[in-house]
Amino acid sequence: MIRLTVNGIEHTAEPAGAESLLATLRDRLGLAGSKDACEQGECGSCSVIMDGELVCSCLVMAADADGSEITTVEGLAPAGELHPVQRALVEAHGVQCGYCTPGFAVAAAHLFEREPSPSADDIKEALSGNICRCTGYGAILRALTGLAGEEP
Amino acid sequence: MEIARPTDLAGVLDALDADPAATLLAGGTDLMVEVTYGGRRPASVVALRRVDELATWEGRTIGSGVTWARIEHGPVRALAQAARTVGSPQIRSAGTIGGNLGTASPAGDGLPFLAAVDASVVLASTAGRRTLRWDEFLTGPKQNALQPGEVIVGVELPEHLPERQEFAKIGARNAMVISVASACLVREAGGATRIALGSVGPTPVRARRAEEMISAEPSPSPAAVAEFGRLVAEEVSPITDHRSTAEYRRHASGVLARRLLERCL
Repeated sequence: MIRLTVNGIEHTAEPAGAESLLATLRDRLGLAGSKDACEQGECGSCSVIMDGELVCSCLVMAADADGSEITTVEGLAPAGELHPVQRALVEAHGVQCGYCTPGFAVAAAHLFEREPSPSADDIKEALSGNICRCTGYGAILRALTGLAGEEP
Repeated sequence: MEIARPTDLAGVLDALDADPAATLLAGGTDLMVEVTYGGRRPASVVALRRVDELATWEGRTIGSGVTWARIEHGPVRALAQAARTVGSPQIRSAGTIGGNLGTASPAGDGLPFLAAVDASVVLASTAGRRTLRWDEFLTGPKQNALQPGEVIVGVELPEHLPERQEFAKIGARNAMVISVASACLVREAGGATRIALGSVGPTPVRARRAEEMISAEPSPSPAAVAEFGRLVAEEVSPITDHRSTAEYRRHASGVLARRLLERCL
């Protein structure tokens, strides 16, 4: 039995063996916003914020996450609202198939929390662990540089 | 699966004493891939990330639990350069220098630096501590001298580190890439030079003939720099695998060696 605070709400869960935090979030807590793609930390689509750090939830053993505070894409903004990075992605059409979008949104939100006006290079660096296989990087970068008040 | 989540080193050692075969878990960035893709099913785990003593960096002693994210912004130039090439921000915030040693992959990005400066690895168990030089600890590809019941406490750097030190790595792209070849070169103002290369042998490779040759050159000519690169390429022992060929890795080793030397002159 583990205890997690996810998006401000306390949960208990019973992960099976060495299952990942991603599996626990999606399959046991019903939070399917974090996407399951490469399952080896290459693609960033499962990114969550754990105790203030951006991590790939597929690489966190759920049993070792006991006691931690997690923010998933569902918790970036109150229900029915958008986080500024999500609004920026919508407005700049920074979404194609959308599968990578939750991971990009979480990584970008984590960046803007620490650095409200990042440079274009800061943004590229912060998103270097997120892959968009539609290769929609141009629109994603335009969305976030716009939010930062930077020229892309 | 049993899991122990000790909060201090004594608790880690007790847990390992009770269950010496337990799997050690630090950042999880290697272990979880083995769980997901390699079918690894640890019967018991000792999780290390709550142990502050392991996450401490004091002077020349870097705790095994210090993450690449911290090392990237730390004071040791070439090690910071290496840290910046580890995975992605997500990987660097979880992965640790102790994990690099525990996994002992030939491609471990932090290992060439440790080899170039002749760092030591400190291990502990309930029987006590022992300190091994990097080449006593790293015994082969994914093999190290860690015994059941032991944990990696940290890395000890030598008292003096050369100010001129550079790391570089070659991969298919800049971000989120496992190295095809990597190298770390350190050089004293007087010329004494050491170079270690990663991903071109079963463990990091020190190119000792090349070191000896270039250490005798206080201000190397272009011909001496070229000869240094040639010797380094001769001394590595790369293989062909899914990431690259032995021929390319040998060539790349020479290029990296020349480039890093030029940056240190």
